[in-house]
Parts: sequence; structure tokens; C-alpha cells
Amino acid sequence: MPQNYIPIFLFIAVVGFLIPVTLVAAKLVRPENPHRTKLMPYECGIDPVGSSRGRYTIRFYIVAILFVVFDVETIFLFPWAVKFKALGVFGLVEMLIFLTILIVGYIWIWKKGALDWV
Amino acid sequence: MAPVATPFFFYLLSLLTLGSAFLVITRRNPVHSALALILGLLAQAGLYLMLYAPFVAGVQIILYAGGIMVLFLFVIMLVNLERAQREEQFNKQWLVGILAACALGALFVFVFWKGSGLFPTSLEPMAEASNTQQVAELLYGPYMFAFEIASLLLLVAMIGAVVMAKKRI
Amino acid sequence: MVGAQYFTGIDYLLSLPVILLTLFALGILLIDLMIPTEWKWMNAATALIGVLFAAAGVLKVQLVQRELAEHGQRAEYAFMHSLRMDHFAIYFTYLFLAGAALAILISVRYLEIEREHHGEFYALILFSVTGMIAMAAGFDIVLIFIGLELMAISTYVLVGFLRSDRRSNEAALKYLLLGAFSSGIFAYGLSLFYGLTGSTNLGDIADGVGREMAAHHEHATPVMIIALLTTATGLFFKIAAVPFHQWAPDAYEGAPTSVTGFMSVAVKAAAWAMLLRVFVWGLYPLRNVYLPLVVFVSVLTMTGANLAALTQNNLKRLLAYSSIAHVGYMLLGLVAFASVEYPAAVTDGFRGILLYLLVYTFMNLGAFAVITSLRQRDVIGDDIDDIAGLYSRAPTEAVLMLIFLLSLAGIPPLAGFYGKYFIFLSLVESGHYVLASLAVVYAVFGLYYYMRIANAMFMREALDPSRLPVSAAMKVALGVSAFATLFIGLFPNSFIQLVTWSLS
Repeated sequence: MPQNYIPIFLFIAVVGFLIPVTLVAAKLVRPENPHRTKLMPYECGIDPVGSSRGRYTIRFYIVAILFVVFDVETIFLFPWAVKFKALGVFGLVEMLIFLTILIVGYIWIWKKGALDWV
Repeated sequence: MAPVATPFFFYLLSLLTLGSAFLVITRRNPVHSALALILGLLAQAGLYLMLYAPFVAGVQIILYAGGIMVLFLFVIMLVNLERAQREEQFNKQWLVGILAACALGALFVFVFWKGSGLFPTSLEPMAEASNTQQVAELLYGPYMFAFEIASLLLLVAMIGAVVMAKKRI
Repeated sequence: MVGAQYFTGIDYLLSLPVILLTLFALGILLIDLMIPTEWKWMNAATALIGVLFAAAGVLKVQLVQRELAEHGQRAEYAFMHSLRMDHFAIYFTYLFLAGAALAILISVRYLEIEREHHGEFYALILFSVTGMIAMAAGFDIVLIFIGLELMAISTYVLVGFLRSDRRSNEAALKYLLLGAFSSGIFAYGLSLFYGLTGSTNLGDIADGVGREMAAHHEHATPVMIIALLTTATGLFFKIAAVPFHQWAPDAYEGAPTSVTGFMSVAVKAAAWAMLLRVFVWGLYPLRNVYLPLVVFVSVLTMTGANLAALTQNNLKRLLAYSSIAHVGYMLLGLVAFASVEYPAAVTDGFRGILLYLLVYTFMNLGAFAVITSLRQRDVIGDDIDDIAGLYSRAPTEAVLMLIFLLSLAGIPPLAGFYGKYFIFLSLVESGHYVLASLAVVYAVFGLYYYMRIANAMFMREALDPSRLPVSAAMKVALGVSAFATLFIGLFPNSFIQLVTWSLS
């Protein structure tokens, strides 16, 4: 029943209400004293050089996509865990085959050095 | 508990989905687009909840709003953003795009108009509390073979990513 | 309703080919980690043995089925009707395995020259064959779709396997984007059919669609038409029919040549198996609706591909367009099938498609094998100038190439003729005289561009007159393809029986 989620929706509604209220309240209460130095980015007292939007190395991409793959794997584990007892040994063997195939892949990426950082 | 404001939440979530989808395609800064996309995906998860499918909603949040968006952000960081923003887009096919979108929209409206009641109603809505259990019963029962093939699919995706992106294999 | 009581030994036995292929592919991944670079050919050998074992597995399935049939039992379905190892699936499985074996043979030296000789290549080929078997033997749209994706993702990676080559990367990206897009459209159509019938099983979908049709005086409802259109779009994308063919020439051109050969036969045959499964087993009640669509697409495909092939100078692109044109001819078989009532239709149009795919596997892979062998250390070898004077450089290969080309063009004593013959015959039988004559006219176009290659091979001077080195594995692949092309052409009867058997 979607009604069961009413508390969550109410919670979201409260958040949506509360954020503007606090911001406006702070605006009303705080002393107004803008200064240019206050707007500068702070990096250990040193002025930042260049853009923060540099290009990252492709290694991040490999890690990210491997994360997604294993994320999907966990999704498959979830309903199995819910029905673990009813599925019994058959379900266990089934899941072990599934995991074995992925673990072969895991060994492969490990040995290939796709997880090495330098 | 009696149904409370179901239409209200439906329209709220749909509006959020549509609004953020609009932002995704209109923002020039890809990071903003990605953030709007997260909002849209979360609102969609809410819609799934309203359709008695909490498992799908969970998958939506964990996989799409979580995993896939991480990937999106990484890819956005891989490309040279500043250059991409300054570059002129050369495929300004507005007219074709709008026409195609209108045609598709008209098609959907037409089906919605003519087709209400076309889907057989014999499929009874499932009890929400057992959604995940039912997924489990089907996935690890009749669809067992497809499930094992899916693990090969994941394995191939892994291999593919490493083969394509790693300098030395 | 949970647990092992679902399945018996026969379920697992019917999936034996898939299990064996998976084991070998995983084995290659692990063995590849342990062996030094100069031993990489061992991966190819392992993959070949895996293909042989899978073929033996199919044979075992056949034997058990025959034994059970003697006791009056039919053992076709497995895993709650999601897998169906009928003769159709067995026929296609053999076809995929043959394509994969030939592709492995022609890849070994090519990959060494490209300096990309990794075990993953062979593992991916085996994985994609696994996906193909799931596509041909799947009787459930979920399994078919997952099989399709398994095959497609493996192929995307294979297309981009020459990682330092920009063309290969570009081809892989284009193929990935368009392939993912078409898969999405296909899945959308399938989901609509699930919504209409409440089942993912193709048999139940056929029943449900038939019931819905009967309830609406044999007229398709708008939802049904949209479901059919989206499903058909996805399927036409996968077999690369015009106007959904744009990815094919680019992907074929950029991919490693041996992968191009593999894609043009095995991947294409798998897409065809899926199309026939969906159109014939799943959507048969809608045949009057999709018939005009198939006619339209096949005419467009023959026209577009044959005209585009005339002006190509890149051999791989030329053969890409020629393979699209062949799809057009095969679609005509579907036209003949869909326009006659069931029992009569089984005979010719359908048989024509299956026979066509069989002969096409050998003749097209043979042609690609010759092009693959043109690749040398400093020659990319996919331009028509590179094949010029092949007769003086490697006479045997040039003659074999001529056989393959003549067969592709459909010249009588060769295998390609019988593929076309059956389809044209079925068209005439079902009364499509205009389409039949159009197809014959386009076959003449085909003769022209195939002869351009032959002309370059025999009449022109070679740019580099040195002899062309040919590896032993390549010789085996060429020999097998040429033998099959000639043998099917000279003794077509047993193969026609084979095709008839596969539909029984």
C-alpha cells in the first residue's frame, strides 16, 4: 500500500518546507557584512591555481564500472536472502554458481592489475 | 489506513520526474544535468513504490541513483568540461527533434486515449508486502537459467570495461 | 512453489552445450593469466576444443532426444518452458559453433600481427556463442533478451579489440550506442507484449495475442501495433536491415577483420534465429499485420544495400553492404512464409532462410578469411587495391576467393545458388512475382560488385608482388569453407533434408 509510505512523503514535505524557512530565518537574524575575501576559495591558506574541473585518469572509470557490476550482483543477492529458507539447498547451489562465475571475473581483474593504483 | 491523497503524490512525483528530465536536457553544465537526473530517478522510485513494487524502487535507488550516477559523474569528469562547454554544438537539429518528439507524444496520447482497457485486466495487482518474495520465487525458480546467463552478462561487462579502458592487458 | 522439484536431469542435459561453453570460456580466462606471451596460441586451441565439446554436447542432446522419442516422450523444453532445444535450436547451435570455429582459426595470426593476441578474445567469442544459443533456444523473452545482450556486449568488445586503432574504437562506440538503443526499443516492444498477454513465454504470448485478435474481429489493436512496430524495429536493427543498417558498414569496417567475419555470419544468424523465434513462434497470429512491413523493409534493404555496394572501395565495407543485401533476400523468405497458410508455408520460404544462413556462413566467412590474410605487418589490407593481383601472389587463395564470390553472387553450381533458389521459388509459389523478379534484378547488381573484386584479383597488377604468407590455421579455415561451399552446391539434397528436419 502506498499509504505505508505516507510518513516518508511527509518527511520529504517537511524537508522541503524547513530548508527555505531556516534560510530565510538566518537571513533575517545574521549581521550583514559582505567582503570580497570571504568569497575566495580556501585551500590551507594558499590561493588556488587553475580550475577544479581537471580531467581525471581513466582508472577512476574502470573502478566505477566495476563498482556498478558488483552493485548489480548485490541486487541479485537481495531477493535470494529474503527467500533464503524457502529456496533451500537448491537456491544456495544456484547462487554459488552465480557467484563462482563472477568470482572468476574478480580473480581475472585482480591478476590483470586493473585494481592496482600505480 | 485508508488511501490518502494518492493522486496528489502521483502528480507530485510525476511533476518532479518531468521537471528534472527537462532540466537534464536544458542545463549546459553536465554536472547540473547529472544532479537533476538523480532527482528524476528518485522521483521515479517513488512512482514505483506507488505501483506496489518496493523491490523495483529499491533497485532504482541503489543501481540508478547510486551506481549508474557515480559512473555518469566519473565520465563527466573524464571529458574536458571547459572545452566541451565552450564548443559550439554542430548538430542543431531542433526542428527534426521537436517533430519526432511531437510524433512520439501524439502516438502515446493516441494509445492512451484509444487503448485504455486494451490491456487485459485479469492480472491482479500483487500484494505489496510480498513483492520481493515474489521476485525471488520467480527469479530463482522458473527463470533460473536466465539468471545464470545474467551472471555471464555481468562477467562480460567486467571484461569489456577492463579490455577497453586499461592500457595494458 | 520453490526449489529443486522444478527441474529434472533432462533440464540440465538440454543446457549441456551452454554449460560446456561457459566452462571453457572461464577456463580460458584463468589459463590466460598463467601462460607467457609466446604461448598465447594455446588459448585458441582451448577455444577450439571448447567448440568441439559443445558440438559433442549438442550431439548428446540429440541422442537422448532420439532415445526418449522411441519411448514416445518428447524432451524439448527445459527450465519451465524457458529453453526449447528443438531441431530449430539444434540446427542454429551447430551453425553458431561452425562460425565460431572458423573465426577462431582465422584470428590467430591476425591478432599476432596486430599485437593484440590476448586470451580474452577467445573467451569473448565463446561467451557470445553462449548468448547466441540462448537466443536461438530461448522460448522465453527474458532468456532471449539476456542472450541477446550477452552476445551483443561480447561483440561490442570484440569490435573494439584493436585498442590502439582509432577506427576500431570508433566502430565499437558506434556499434555500442546504436546496439544499446535498438535493444531498448526491442525490450519496450517485448514489455508491451508481456502487458498484453501476461506471460513472457513465447507460446503463451502466441495464444494470448491470438485470443486478443479473435476478440477484436481479427484486427490488431493500437497497442498491439505499437508493440509489433517496436519489436520489429529492434529485430530489424539486429539483422541490419535498411533503414536500420547504418551501424553495420561502420562497425564492419572498423572491427578486426576476423571479427567482421564472425559478426557477418554467426551474430547475424543469431539475430535471424531470434527474429524467426519471435515472428514465427511468438507473433504468428499477427502475420497479416507484419507482412506488409516485411515486404517494405526487404525491398528497401535490397535496393539500398545493392546500390550502396556498387561504389564501395573498401573491401570490408563492400562486403558489409553485400551482407545487408543478403538480409534483404532472406527477408523475402519470411514474406513467402507469412503470406501462405501454415502447413504449406513451412516448406519453402522458411527452409530457404535456413539454407541461406547455412551456405552464407561458409561462403561469407571464407571471403573474410581471404581478406584477413591480406593483413601484413605494414599493410592494413582492406582496400580493393590491396587485393589487386592476388592471383600472382597467392594463386590458391585467389581461386578460393573467386569461388566464394561466385557463390555469394548465386552462380548455379555453388552453394549460394541454392539459398537464393529456394527463396525465389517460395516467392513464386506464394504469388509474389514482382518481388521475385526484383530480387533477380538485384542479384545481377550483386554479380557486378563481386566481379569488381574478382577483376582486381586476376586482371590487375599487385602493388607489392611478394608472396602472401598464409598460416596453417588459415589454410584449414579456407579449406573447410571452400569445401562446404562446393559440397553444398554439388550435393544439395542432403542439406535440404537437414533443413527440413530442423523444422520438423
